[in-house]
Amino acid sequence: MTAVTDRRVTVWQKKINPNIKVAGSGSPVVFLHGAGGLVWDEFLDRLAERHRVYAPEHPGTTEGDPEAISHIDNLWDLVLYYYEVFDALGLKSVPIVGHSFGAMVAAELAASNPERVSKLVLIAPIGLWREDTPIVNWMIITPGSDLPKYLLRDPDGPIAKQMFGTPDPEGMIRMIWSMGCTGKFVWPIPDKGLKKRIHRIQAPTLLLWGKQDRLVPAVYAQEFASRIPGSRVELIEESGHLPTVEHPAKVAASVEEFFAGQH
Amino acid sequence: MYISTFHLMPHRELPDDFEKRYSSIWVTPPFHELADAKRVGQYYNWTFDELIAAAHAGSDGICTNEHHQNAYGFMPSPNLMGSVLARATAGLDCAIVQMGATLPATQPPTRIAEEYAMLDCISGGRLVAGMPLGTPMDINLCYGVTPIEQRERYREAHDLILKAWTSREPFAWNGKYTQLGMVNLWPRPIQQPHPPVWVPGSGSTSTFYYAAQHNHCYCFLSYFGYQSALRSVEKYWSVCQETGRDLNPHRLGFLQLVGVSETDEQAEKDYAKHVEYFYHKGLHVPPEWMGVPGHQDYQSLANSMRNPMIANAFTSLKQKRFKDFVKDRYVVCGSPATVRDQLKDLVAKLRVGNLMVLLHIGSMPHELTMKNIQLFFREVAPALRSTWDDEWENQWWPAGLRKKTAQEATA
Repeated sequence: MTAVTDRRVTVWQKKINPNIKVAGSGSPVVFLHGAGGLVWDEFLDRLAERHRVYAPEHPGTTEGDPEAISHIDNLWDLVLYYYEVFDALGLKSVPIVGHSFGAMVAAELAASNPERVSKLVLIAPIGLWREDTPIVNWMIITPGSDLPKYLLRDPDGPIAKQMFGTPDPEGMIRMIWSMGCTGKFVWPIPDKGLKKRIHRIQAPTLLLWGKQDRLVPAVYAQEFASRIPGSRVELIEESGHLPTVEHPAKVAASVEEFFAGQH
Repeated sequence: MYISTFHLMPHRELPDDFEKRYSSIWVTPPFHELADAKRVGQYYNWTFDELIAAAHAGSDGICTNEHHQNAYGFMPSPNLMGSVLARATAGLDCAIVQMGATLPATQPPTRIAEEYAMLDCISGGRLVAGMPLGTPMDINLCYGVTPIEQRERYREAHDLILKAWTSREPFAWNGKYTQLGMVNLWPRPIQQPHPPVWVPGSGSTSTFYYAAQHNHCYCFLSYFGYQSALRSVEKYWSVCQETGRDLNPHRLGFLQLVGVSETDEQAEKDYAKHVEYFYHKGLHVPPEWMGVPGHQDYQSLANSMRNPMIANAFTSLKQKRFKDFVKDRYVVCGSPATVRDQLKDLVAKLRVGNLMVLLHIGSMPHELTMKNIQLFFREVAPALRSTWDDEWENQWWPAGLRKKTAQEATA
């Protein structure tokens, strides 16, 4: 188990002090979490075995400062905000691993200023839209009963029980508020123009997707791949929308292999 | 006190197995399977007839509201309804209570300032300007407004509307959600500086503060009756005190479902199935839609997760039958004496000065609704009317329609 520390930085005209979970040593990697909030898990532990991992909490999701989200009006603000967070961490050009909503943000960061993102791992990103495969609105799915069906390959398995088995009001508050904050940038349809900007991505890109993802079906992998020059797709067997939770070792190994590879 | 008649304009004839066959009455119910446009025209006209009958029977005000994509109550434009009602009640001392056009769903919000000013002109200064935030179903799911922006949009729209009504000179509005280079409202409301503002809500503490800080009337729109509202309402009055407001009961509006018949037994015969229709079908909405992430501010979210009283009341509705709804006072239903006693109790306990009664409930047919209206205003309302009058003026009522307080009458 890696020692994880909390680090606060001050950005955005000193209005926001996000918490960043930091662990490990080695070359830096940024991890951007999905809509449900940051949870430090086995996948991040594994990533921290060879890297210094910085996992910022999206604006508004840091405990004690829910109103931080009111200072970031739109996606453009959010992109610039993250460059400031990188500045505060001394990261000029850094590999980013993003999951779902966090992967969309990572793609926007890489497209807006390619110099800031050296490598890109997009795990089941949102951000594109197909009329024939609309993405279910995760913000209006019942957390206790229906959410596991969309998030996990096995909605009745041990992971589902661990995540959703016991009622936890404080956990629910964190998750719902995190969805509200991240939802600010994607409601009601997670297509906010990435398709017009995505061609600007220059970072070598790995797309990881759970084969049985029912929230953002794997058909979207090709949508991203066809738009990002030189990107590669890897489908994860027996996995839904949370491959880092369902197969942490496998996903961490794929990411390491990609980081180590010559591109 | 003042008593207004509220109407939702619901679908009155949903199939018996509606809540089993369909996942929601809001957002997703298929119109063509469930309704017929000609029949819907009849519902709208019954609604007009019922509200106009209430005005003639002595209702101090008549209320419409805005909802979208549903069979629960589908007046997508309350101001279209209000316009007809303003004209049809010309010459009556009846307020046109718009509860109303939802601020975050209207762009630019000056549209509401204009339409409300029109209604005030048409009605001769009888408008009450309701300023609802809107439900998550209407505003987030149907109208696509980002949940976490809803309150901020509301507040900006509120400020813009009040400034549009009161500013003597054209002005530029450089808002976050609305930018207008030259606001110069035509027409202006008759009521000066502006019509009374009512803020409908369902118990959010932040809305209590908002209403109290702006000196508006807060209207508690609850379907769970006055007993379950007691704690919330106590909080509201404590917020009024904390913000330096007096305890004028007219600062509070409360909506209550009411059914009156000749006897308690007859009331059960008359209203039982319609009350059950209302709670079982009319409120058939997935509970999580009521709490779309971001719709509640952080504190309200935390409160409702730690103390899920309303959520529990909501999810247990389908297990309840008419007798439960009566016992728990979700509905006030019975003989004139029973209804009088319970409403007196409600008014005293909540300290309500602006009572709103829902006299058409769920599937009630037109004739029964007319009976309820007549009985209520003949047998029940007279016993309530003078409550608070000796002591408090209703500053949240159109000035031209206000009763004199006892002091003024003797002066």
